[in-house]
Amino acid sequence: MQINSELAAIIESLIFTADSALTTDRICDLLTEFERGEVKSALSELLEFHQARGGGFELVEVAGGWQFRSRTPFHSYITRHIKTRAAKFSQSALETLAIIAYRQPITRAEVEHLRGVDCGGVLKTLLEKRLVRILGKKDIPGRPLIYGTSKEFLEVFGLKDLKSLPTLREIQALDEQPRFERQEELQLEPDTVIPVESDLPFG
Amino acid sequence: MAVDAHLHREEHLPLLDGLHEQYSVHLDKFDGPMDLLLHLIKKNELDICDISIAVITRQYLDFIKAMKDLNLEVAGDFLVMAATLLQIKSRQLLPSADQEDPEIDETDPREELVRRLQEYQQYKDAGMLIGARALLGREVFVRTASEPVLAAAQNSEGPLEVSLFELVDAFRVLLLRIPVESFHDVAPGDSLSIADCINDILSQLQERDTVQFDDLVKDELTRERVIVTFLALLELCRLKLIRIFQGSEHGSIWFIPAVAADPSEVLNAD
Repeated sequence: MQINSELAAIIESLIFTADSALTTDRICDLLTEFERGEVKSALSELLEFHQARGGGFELVEVAGGWQFRSRTPFHSYITRHIKTRAAKFSQSALETLAIIAYRQPITRAEVEHLRGVDCGGVLKTLLEKRLVRILGKKDIPGRPLIYGTSKEFLEVFGLKDLKSLPTLREIQALDEQPRFERQEELQLEPDTVIPVESDLPFG
Repeated sequence: MAVDAHLHREEHLPLLDGLHEQYSVHLDKFDGPMDLLLHLIKKNELDICDISIAVITRQYLDFIKAMKDLNLEVAGDFLVMAATLLQIKSRQLLPSADQEDPEIDETDPREELVRRLQEYQQYKDAGMLIGARALLGREVFVRTASEPVLAAAQNSEGPLEVSLFELVDAFRVLLLRIPVESFHDVAPGDSLSIADCINDILSQLQERDTVQFDDLVKDELTRERVIVTFLALLELCRLKLIRIFQGSEHGSIWFIPAVAADPSEVLNAD
């Protein structure tokens, strides 16, 4: 199998040389001489090519953009020459992340109510690692900060967008059942400006 | 506190296993009262929707007692849950207040707890699923540009916008650099006002297009000056008169005028 269209090869070169994941929009902006539809079909051709190729790296859609990433089975070889500082996440960090990811925008008090335990330390670590970000303030007494996941969260966990998170299992006994479906309707794309954010001077 | 307790728990693990072999509790795994409750429910093979509160509460209190025996600090969160369990049990024991009209008081006192437990279980599972994913920088790697190339690319892209978190952090770092003054000034001669400071910054911005935070305070590096400057900058941001940028990650923070500034307006607003 080989890349047939020149456009697919051009796009491949763009993604290869980019520092970070390249969004479809960005690729379209760069390639003004091509139609959006052409770019999209070339992208899917490229994706198919790399899936069929089965080499040491693959083309993945992550945080809304395209990026080449190494295939997971080879990580033990890669770490022989790349020093990595990334550590596994603790259970409490993962739980907190999951709650924030599925329920954002969410206040610290709401996270703590769900986990039944103080989350200040975990939340601070997640903020420092930039996996979680402050979205603004909630318009309730005390104006607590509200949190959401960041673009880095999607990048680190290799997620295309928030919708590609594993779906929560439906539990019938939940009396307020449409809670998670409602999340789908909210525009939770990381780049979407949440109205509360305009209250903060730092956009 | 929770972190400390966690560390201690790991230290005392063998000791505890010896003391409470009948429960074979692995303390280091518990991540709060909800986690412990779920463990107890699973261990006793109970249906989450029909928990025997008496059994669970007894084991839960035994667990807290074990923690106390080992001189571990029992986090307040565990005690709150213990109180909740006891309250549920006592409500179950009491005869319903509205015996004549059973429709009013039909709710199971356990309902709220069960709902919370189920919800927690979901997020715990979701967390584990997320955690099982290949992590960037651990299992998955991207092709990285070498440092100088990356730095040049970032510079050419123009300034990055900073988040509130970074600004506060920069402020904290700056405060750390300033020695704490040991003398006391009984009558401060020239107290700084935020309005003056705002005017200062604006006039500096008129001369030059960009100003660095460090530059603003370098003449007079005192806590008072730094704090007043910081407050002035926050006020200017609120009034949308300046924009804040950071040249590179962990680099200096720069300020540029957002619109043509009108200093008189600032004074009125102050």
